Amino acid sequence: MAGSNKLKITPPRWLLAELTYKCPLQCPYCSNPVDYAKHSSEIGTEDWKRVLTQARKMGAVQLGFSGGEPLTRQDLPELVQHARQLGYYSNLITSGYGLTEEKIIQLKEAGLDHIQISIQASTQELNDHLAGTESYQTKKEVAHLVKKHGYPMVLCVVIHRENIHQMPEILAMAEELGADYLELANTQYYGWAHKNRDLLMPTKEQFEEAEAIAQAYKEKVAGKMKIYYVIPDFHEDRPKACMNGWGTTFLTIAPDGVALPCHSARDLPGLDCPNVTEHSIEEIWNESKAFNFFRGNEWMKEPCSSCDEKEKDFGGCRCQAYMLTGDMYKTDPVCSKSPDRHVIHEALDSARESALSADEQPLIFRNSKNSKKYS
Amino acid sequence: MHRLQWEEAQQKDVILYPEGMVELNQSSAEILKLCDGSRTPIQIITELEEKFSTSGLTNDVNSFLEDALQNGWIQQA
Repeated sequence: MAGSNKLKITPPRWLLAELTYKCPLQCPYCSNPVDYAKHSSEIGTEDWKRVLTQARKMGAVQLGFSGGEPLTRQDLPELVQHARQLGYYSNLITSGYGLTEEKIIQLKEAGLDHIQISIQASTQELNDHLAGTESYQTKKEVAHLVKKHGYPMVLCVVIHRENIHQMPEILAMAEELGADYLELANTQYYGWAHKNRDLLMPTKEQFEEAEAIAQAYKEKVAGKMKIYYVIPDFHEDRPKACMNGWGTTFLTIAPDGVALPCHSARDLPGLDCPNVTEHSIEEIWNESKAFNFFRGNEWMKEPCSSCDEKEKDFGGCRCQAYMLTGDMYKTDPVCSKSPDRHVIHEALDSARESALSADEQPLIFRNSKNSKKYS
Repeated sequence: MHRLQWEEAQQKDVILYPEGMVELNQSSAEILKLCDGSRTPIQIITELEEKFSTSGLTNDVNSFLEDALQNGWIQQA
């Protein structure tokens, strides 16, 4: 299981600081764990500062302040300032909800480099429905303020069956708001999105149409707005190179201080993910069981272990393999070489059936009440 | 939007931008450090040729500057 001793461990480059699971929004595709309600404790300001210092020393340079909604942490400006002094490039990944002009200025002075705002849809009605909170107008105002104060602005829109038909309007909205980058993130089916998969997964035809529209727009706005397109892996025949390889690049710290090789890894059994209140980042990264679990490729089973593409995609995503096959060592079933590929076809068929059915089921929103049911 | 920075852990200059990073080789980093808005491309080339006691850098530097412009790492003054 644990990687071989000869394996060279590369230092972390990307630190995702999930400051809190608290969020005023209730998006039904949230990537936070569905049982987040039982992980409600939060580490303190000094803990976070120590984590930032230790990870920076090892070589982490990109830093994401995320959550939940990171703005709910009152110590955010203090953490941003600490990060800037250490030389991080800090990204605030926010819903925009609760971001005032005063706060935008305060964070700028503290040294924040960039703000990413999520918008759920191109219309108020759908945005507010998906967010579970009236937030559309605020988000648009915040987007303008972010630009006004000289930040690079990334607009992130998670794409799924409820909003995929709005692709032309979403693109126009991003351009109108002056986004420097537009991230069109096809929903990844983890956490809450997994629960709502039948209701969120677009059909192949919808994907293809939306992608063609986005690609054409990419050329239209070249040099002005960059468009990132996060691929819908269920429609691919090779898995994503998840996290650029386990324990090679990415380090996530959850609100309660648990260190994770990817933000879904706390769902995997037997990893014993370490906590930053008990161990240094260096110990966690180099020595912990969790971070060594899927390092390298000795853990692989067939067809991965003899596959000539194993260095390219690392067998895909461990969390997806576990979620869809019950075995975290298996090939990500997205791969056409996987003997479990049928579960992907079944998921797509089931979603298509739901899309064509007149009998509409309600979405399960991400909120404490629902989370307690899964805890 | 882009920040050029020396990374001690990597022993490399890097360009940082929203959620991304480009690692630079030494020559790219040398060129970019001179792109501070006070020099023309010709001055940059002359300075580099003097610094490294060489000649004939014009094409390489110009093509790098074009890429850098395209990537938004530098702006035309």
